[in-house]
Amino acid sequence: MDITVNILLTIATAATPLLIAAIGELVVERSGVLNLGVEGMMIMGAVGGFGAGYLTGSPWIGLLAAIALGAVFSLLFAVMTLSLATNQVATGLSLTLLGLGLSGMMGTSFVGQPGARLPNLDIPGLTAIPVIGRLLFGQDPIFYISIALTAAVMWFLFKTRTGLTLRSIGDSHTSAHALGIQVIRYRYLAVIFGGACAGLAGGHLSLVYTPQWVENMTAGRGWIALALVVFASWRPWRVLAGAYIFGAVWIGQLHAQAFGIPVPSQLLSSLPYLATIVVLVLISRNKRLTMMNTPASLGQPFVPDR
Amino acid sequence: MSANQDGVDLLEVRGLTKTFGTLTACDHIDLNVAKGEIHALLGENGAGKSTLVKMLFGTLEPNSGEVFWNGQAVTISNPGFAKKLGIGMVFQHFSLFEALTAAENIALSLDDGSPISTIAAKARALSYSYGLPLDPQSLVGDLSVGERQRIEIIRCLLQTPQLIILDEPTSVLTPQEADKLFETLERLRSEGKSILYISHRLEEVKRICDRATVLRHGKVVGHCNPRKETAASLARMMVGNDVQAVVRAPVQGIETAQPLLEIRALSRRPATPFSIPLRNINLTVRAGEVIGIAGVAGNGQGEFFESVSGEVPQQDPASVRIRGKDAGGLSITGRRLMGAAFVPEERLGHGAAPRMKLSENLLLSRHATDGKVFVGAGGMVKSDATYAAAQRIIKAMDVRKSALDPEAAALSGGNLQKFIVGRELDRRPSVMVVNQPTWGVDAGAAAHIRQTLIELARSGSAVLVISQDLDELFEISDAIAVMHNGELSKPLPIAEATFEKIGMLMGGAEPGHAEHALETS
Repeated sequence: MDITVNILLTIATAATPLLIAAIGELVVERSGVLNLGVEGMMIMGAVGGFGAGYLTGSPWIGLLAAIALGAVFSLLFAVMTLSLATNQVATGLSLTLLGLGLSGMMGTSFVGQPGARLPNLDIPGLTAIPVIGRLLFGQDPIFYISIALTAAVMWFLFKTRTGLTLRSIGDSHTSAHALGIQVIRYRYLAVIFGGACAGLAGGHLSLVYTPQWVENMTAGRGWIALALVVFASWRPWRVLAGAYIFGAVWIGQLHAQAFGIPVPSQLLSSLPYLATIVVLVLISRNKRLTMMNTPASLGQPFVPDR
Repeated sequence: MSANQDGVDLLEVRGLTKTFGTLTACDHIDLNVAKGEIHALLGENGAGKSTLVKMLFGTLEPNSGEVFWNGQAVTISNPGFAKKLGIGMVFQHFSLFEALTAAENIALSLDDGSPISTIAAKARALSYSYGLPLDPQSLVGDLSVGERQRIEIIRCLLQTPQLIILDEPTSVLTPQEADKLFETLERLRSEGKSILYISHRLEEVKRICDRATVLRHGKVVGHCNPRKETAASLARMMVGNDVQAVVRAPVQGIETAQPLLEIRALSRRPATPFSIPLRNINLTVRAGEVIGIAGVAGNGQGEFFESVSGEVPQQDPASVRIRGKDAGGLSITGRRLMGAAFVPEERLGHGAAPRMKLSENLLLSRHATDGKVFVGAGGMVKSDATYAAAQRIIKAMDVRKSALDPEAAALSGGNLQKFIVGRELDRRPSVMVVNQPTWGVDAGAAAHIRQTLIELARSGSAVLVISQDLDELFEISDAIAVMHNGELSKPLPIAEATFEKIGMLMGGAEPGHAEHALETS
């Protein structure tokens, strides 16, 4: 029983950074902006979070630093693509490259240092309940944030007027502009929210997952988050499902490798990617629903004629 | 003559000017709209009508000029401010969101923050009271163009505006839907609201408008009472000179002429959830005749053109036959080689590559069919030949341009269309398929294009014209078929066709029922 609980806990830990980064990017893409710099913003969050935690000794300060650094880094993307109307794909890719390089440079003195780790939740009486106690009341704080964030984004997008406005901008920025909606302002806020989420996801890696700084430690998770958004057809609960399927198969194949199952390890390592894509493709078979949820103006620069 | 009882016009515009680079789209425009009148803004495509109303609605900023609202000078800096003043707008190219419901679309333009369900109820009540029934829960992507316009109008009315601007509202409606719209407008006028009605259709302006301001090349060329003018005198004001009438010689013995384009049981599944499937389309176009296809935009005409031109090849090779041979499986080039020519709806992007010269655009479409003429040994392009051919077309079609061999994008819409049509005519094609031949083309050039299409048919070719402009189809067609929801009616010989009959079919009357109605009428 304990083993099962442990496995479930590791799955949650593996899924959390994907979920947070993907939910942030989902909001960005719903506003019609494609930011391919998730990996770059995430690694900046990771190095910033570790650095601030290491230097101050407080993982909580580290957490705030991770969010702030991700947001500031995304602001760079926002200025380029929204105010200067540069190509979003090229700008996003360079943001990733810049983030990977810059974080490596910033982190040289952190390599091999012991970092601060965010403590797991411990509520007297509740956490000690067998099985469900640790699952529900004994995880790291960012796990709870990720679940709350998903619910909040779902509520925001589909239940609030501001969310409706954001979706309308993603559907057609020219129509939105014609109605007098401040397209650029909304997109700035969406991009910065996405950056803050990516930063937080990076902070999870260096403050919870492996509390140390390793160069390039995001290891492609930003790209997986990006793919999750598309395969989840821009719907929050599917992003959640996708992140957890990925996490589950990821942990499962690690255990399988440890058991020495006679399957090439490369094949096992590719399983999480395959399984996630297959499942998400299957649940988004309904073309009509997918069309309705796809932001039609995604990736197109908006320049109002004046 | 413009003042009403209290001597102040609702809207007064003085010397409004807007330039884009070197082009002056609006040049010192003066305009007065009184309370409770329907005021027409009349002009050809490109005369500056849309630019003017965009400035009045705050989506474009004027370079100079003044605007007075109830006698007060105002600066309309954004649509939000225009709405606050009491200006509502129904756009020509709708500003709706396809992936959202009608109620959500309406909610987005109201800033009162009330819940969607309240707005939906209000919209439904208002829509029924004006006889424009609307289901607030329906998804805009599923609606017909006429229904979408209803949403725009209801959305506009919910803001209780004093002035409603309608930009070319009937260009997407069936004649019957247009009648319904006119009733609504007259009711709004009787409620004391003012309407600025933008159109280039003279008959409807004569019918419903109290006054008209006529624009030409960005300038006001006159004010008049349209009810006291004739269509010809209005056209003269709009165009600046008399428009050549199109002559269509009667065609004889068409039943026995050779069928050059045959479409047999053509069906196609929808490519996207919001597009229209084609359902079992049959049509024969014979040597010597022009067949017109009418229909409200978005009923499958685009899909039909793609299938006939080969932009999307068919499974069944026999579903499209050109000069008696199966062509359904062939690409555009394959079909061109059989003697067909195609003019798509979008000029830039489909009809021509915007950043390439006219001579290069000529080569792009004709390198396969006229390879010997334009391509020499070793695949080298004979630039002399392409240049000479381009100049020949420019001369034949009277294309006005600023350079000897300009880029396609440097030409105005009408002139580029003349070049593209001329490029195909230059081959003397035996089958010619044209989608929206004169969309956005000024009246003089449109008449020229229509006349050349008729002459091509009379010289022994088969011509198929898809158009939303019913006047145009009645001018050039020997028979008119109607496309509705992916189905094509039987062609109706022009002698039997009337606006009413075609309008019924456009509105979706059952083909069988409509035929019956025709027999009894």
